[in-house]
Amino acid sequence: MATTSMIRWRAPAWLALGAALALGAPAAQAQQAPIKIGELNSYAQWAAFTVPYRNGWQMALDEINAKGGVLGRKIEIVSRDDGATTGSATRVADELVSREGVSLLFGSFLSNVGVAMADYANQKKIVYIAAEPLTDAVTMAQGNRYTFRIRPNNFMQVGMLVDQAKASGAKRWAIVAPNYEYGQSAAAVFKRLIQERVPGAQIVAEQYPALGKIEAGATASAIEQAKPDGIFNVLFGPDLTQFVREGNTRGLFEGATVLSLLTGEPEWLLPLKDEVPEGWTVTGYPWDEIKEPKHKAFIDAYRAKYNDTPRLGSLLGYMVMTMIRDSIERAGSTETDAIIKALEDAKFDTVIGPVTMRGIDNQSTMGAWVGKLVLKGAAGGMTDWTYKDGTSFMPTEAEVKAVRKD
Amino acid sequence: MDPAFLAVQALSGLSSASSLFITACGLTIVFGVTRIVNFAHGSLYMIGAYTAATLVPQLLELSFGPVTFWAGILASAIIVGLIGVIIEVLLLRRIYGAPELFQLLATFGIVLVVQDLVVQVFGPQDILGPRAPGLRAPVEILGRRFPSYELVLIAAGPIVLGLVWLLLRKTRFGVLVRAATQDRDMVASLGVNQALLFTGTLFLGAFLAGLGGALQIPRVSANTGMDLSIIAEAFVVTVVGGMGSVPGAFLAALVIGQLQAFGILIFPKSTLVVVFLLMAVVLAIRPHGFFGRAEIIGGSHAVGIASRSPLPGRGFILLVVIGILAAFPLAADAYLLKVATEILIFALFAFSLQLLIGVGGVVSFGHAAFFGLGAYGAALGVKWYGVSMEAALPLGLALAALGAGLVGAFVVRLSGIYLAMMTLAAAQILYAVAFQWVEVTGGDNGIVGVWPSSWASGPIPYYLLTAALTVVTVLLLKRIIEAPFGYALRAARDSEARAEAIGLKVRQHRWLAFMIAGAAAGLAGGLYAFSRGSVDPSLLGISTSVDALTMLLLGGIQTVMGPLVGAAALHGLRDWIMPLTSLWRLLLGLSIIAMVLIFPRGLVGTVRDWWGARA
Repeated sequence: MATTSMIRWRAPAWLALGAALALGAPAAQAQQAPIKIGELNSYAQWAAFTVPYRNGWQMALDEINAKGGVLGRKIEIVSRDDGATTGSATRVADELVSREGVSLLFGSFLSNVGVAMADYANQKKIVYIAAEPLTDAVTMAQGNRYTFRIRPNNFMQVGMLVDQAKASGAKRWAIVAPNYEYGQSAAAVFKRLIQERVPGAQIVAEQYPALGKIEAGATASAIEQAKPDGIFNVLFGPDLTQFVREGNTRGLFEGATVLSLLTGEPEWLLPLKDEVPEGWTVTGYPWDEIKEPKHKAFIDAYRAKYNDTPRLGSLLGYMVMTMIRDSIERAGSTETDAIIKALEDAKFDTVIGPVTMRGIDNQSTMGAWVGKLVLKGAAGGMTDWTYKDGTSFMPTEAEVKAVRKD
Repeated sequence: MDPAFLAVQALSGLSSASSLFITACGLTIVFGVTRIVNFAHGSLYMIGAYTAATLVPQLLELSFGPVTFWAGILASAIIVGLIGVIIEVLLLRRIYGAPELFQLLATFGIVLVVQDLVVQVFGPQDILGPRAPGLRAPVEILGRRFPSYELVLIAAGPIVLGLVWLLLRKTRFGVLVRAATQDRDMVASLGVNQALLFTGTLFLGAFLAGLGGALQIPRVSANTGMDLSIIAEAFVVTVVGGMGSVPGAFLAALVIGQLQAFGILIFPKSTLVVVFLLMAVVLAIRPHGFFGRAEIIGGSHAVGIASRSPLPGRGFILLVVIGILAAFPLAADAYLLKVATEILIFALFAFSLQLLIGVGGVVSFGHAAFFGLGAYGAALGVKWYGVSMEAALPLGLALAALGAGLVGAFVVRLSGIYLAMMTLAAAQILYAVAFQWVEVTGGDNGIVGVWPSSWASGPIPYYLLTAALTVVTVLLLKRIIEAPFGYALRAARDSEARAEAIGLKVRQHRWLAFMIAGAAAGLAGGLYAFSRGSVDPSLLGISTSVDALTMLLLGGIQTVMGPLVGAAALHGLRDWIMPLTSLWRLLLGLSIIAMVLIFPRGLVGTVRDWWGARA
């Protein structure tokens, strides 16, 4: 029976492992030993985003190592599936840190996982770069000196969208958001900003379906019941697809201004196929219309390498990897404190232009593309878009100081 | 609330009732004939959805009009039916006589295998199927738009009910199915080809599951989570309706559909809880559901620990084990200690389940409820009252014991498959509470920042603390198992009627056992929370319960020490293999099936037998 023989093999495997760990420390001093970096993400559960994201960092990694790596050493990424739950992610992180001995961690997709990882990083005093999790908590209330974030957080992206809402004149707003950290955080920010920036605006309906378990018909009809003239949507993935289909069928979006986070990103737009709700104001990634030479070169290289169009995840993965390389080079070592110093207030020259990692909350100034959804042939795309740099949308330093505990 | 809205809501309820009935109907027919609760029914539903979502668009491109859509749906259902036949021939056929626990686990093994296979075959992305041609436009009902496809679904339920009724009443196959549902052995004695009958039944059941899934594609995208979410609901429908009763399933589906449609208005966030509460209430009033029959009560299906003469030199062995555990930190690095800590925690968890299943014959399929309660109790204490680890652990234990007392009070009235389903429902209710009561439990976010007190925070102290608590608790439980109380439980397990006849209060004993096992699982859960620093609803999920059952099975259900060995083997293996492959669930599922088929005594049992045969 295979099981028993595997168990018998277990002990030698552990011993070999212990020996490898014991020998690992001196070996790392040698020139040739690669720098180990831990990466974890929801590759099984959220493949639509994370697989292009992995392609992105893999492409950057290949380029970096082809040029000899950093500090004269190659970079090795130990990548794991984080299981898309908080407990599983911190467990995987623990394995990466204590068994694989990685120098820093990056990745994770869901915001609740991001918060747990931030807490873990703080507890174990290891750098964690939250590439994707968008909840404000990662850099605000739950923020700590070990946790950094690349993408514009909810406060920034919602801020960009609410600016667009002023012109529409919509006053009666409905919110639909997945009932977990990301959706709750986005809804809270929206409620605050719409009332601050659009005089007379009120929230007439709120729907919080469980993530991945939306009852789309019931949700759409509950929103319809409140007769809103504006809808703020935070749904993504399969929830979004079902909601859009039900909403289209019931005429929910006709005559309403719809603001929607992330819907312009190809990872969430492509599954909608020709049912794209035209006219939604969204944040997203109009890769097909980007002209800047450096960014265009990245897109072309990506398409050539993977024979697939890029998603926002692809860009993010590529950017994170190059920023990590720059930080290690500037730090001159893989010591946690040195890397933190190299990250704080650092300027990076990325494919989308200069990005700064603000030291006070460890939030980067990467921005987002804001525009309207439109049907292009058989699938959706963005039109009428602009790139909004994150700098002017970040929470003020006073706000940051008020909520951060460190 | 205006009447149009209520009407539309009621229609939505009817359409989900219809979908639910089509799927649950297959489950209940299969159970009626084979007496197997087929966990894999949800997987068949999922395969149906994936197949249709892939197949139908290709057929539509041939542009033969709307007919192709429906032909594609039917073809997908037939494909799933054939998969059902394969499952019957390869696996189910071999376990009809096995104890319920093994049947449940084996079909759960299929669930795990299918989860990985679906990703391999159809890719990791969710697939949204095409809309039904001609049914894209909505219809106006009292001035509100309503998707016309939902109206088709509403009609589909009664149509399927009618066809199934005709099949069961008017054909020879139907007569045999009904006869087998009444008395399987009698049908066999009359010379009916049972193999063919059972295979046919599985085809019918799987076909209905596939049909249910395939009909969903215009409204729900095919995704990897749909197997467990539908199986939980289908279980509720069959149990509430009465296992094996098709009209019962129809009635239950109607009730549940409306409950969900209007529940969302009254308790917008507690739809999951409402459904499982209905099941708990129905079972409390009618232990066999609306139209179910009482099962033949008997101890024949119980498996559990057997009596053996004590090993010579037990005290010495114990001392050696404690010595090894205490000296382990000298030899191990931080990561190895982490794994060892987790193994000890799972060992305690599995051992607490052994008291219920192996000793008491109470086949609990929801032991994660108490593991999770312990973890949440501890974490909530830390989060809301700022208590330290020393106070949080007993808090978790107390909460788990309390929960077990409450659940146990319902559960000990039931037996057999209803009992297993009820424990599963209890765990699912708690899962739903943890998942949806966001204000208190944090919902999906869970609770973070649950770290041990500073004296126990390093890997070595926490390992030693876990080892000490585990050893003490296991010894205590072992003492209980070997006390008259334990023997009373075993008597009730082997023959409830005789145990009652000699004056044992079976229900009270089982209730107490439930609380003791729950408390021990709660302690394990609390220790687990502090070892990870966070809790989340998955601790209460079906897979956590199945983990404990697998450890029990792997170690050997007939031995007292089996679960401890099983925990070490399963968790060690998982830790070793998981980083190497993305097909862990496939491997685990296949191992579970293999264990049930060729290795039912488990590791310790097999070694014992081998030892016994040699001596």
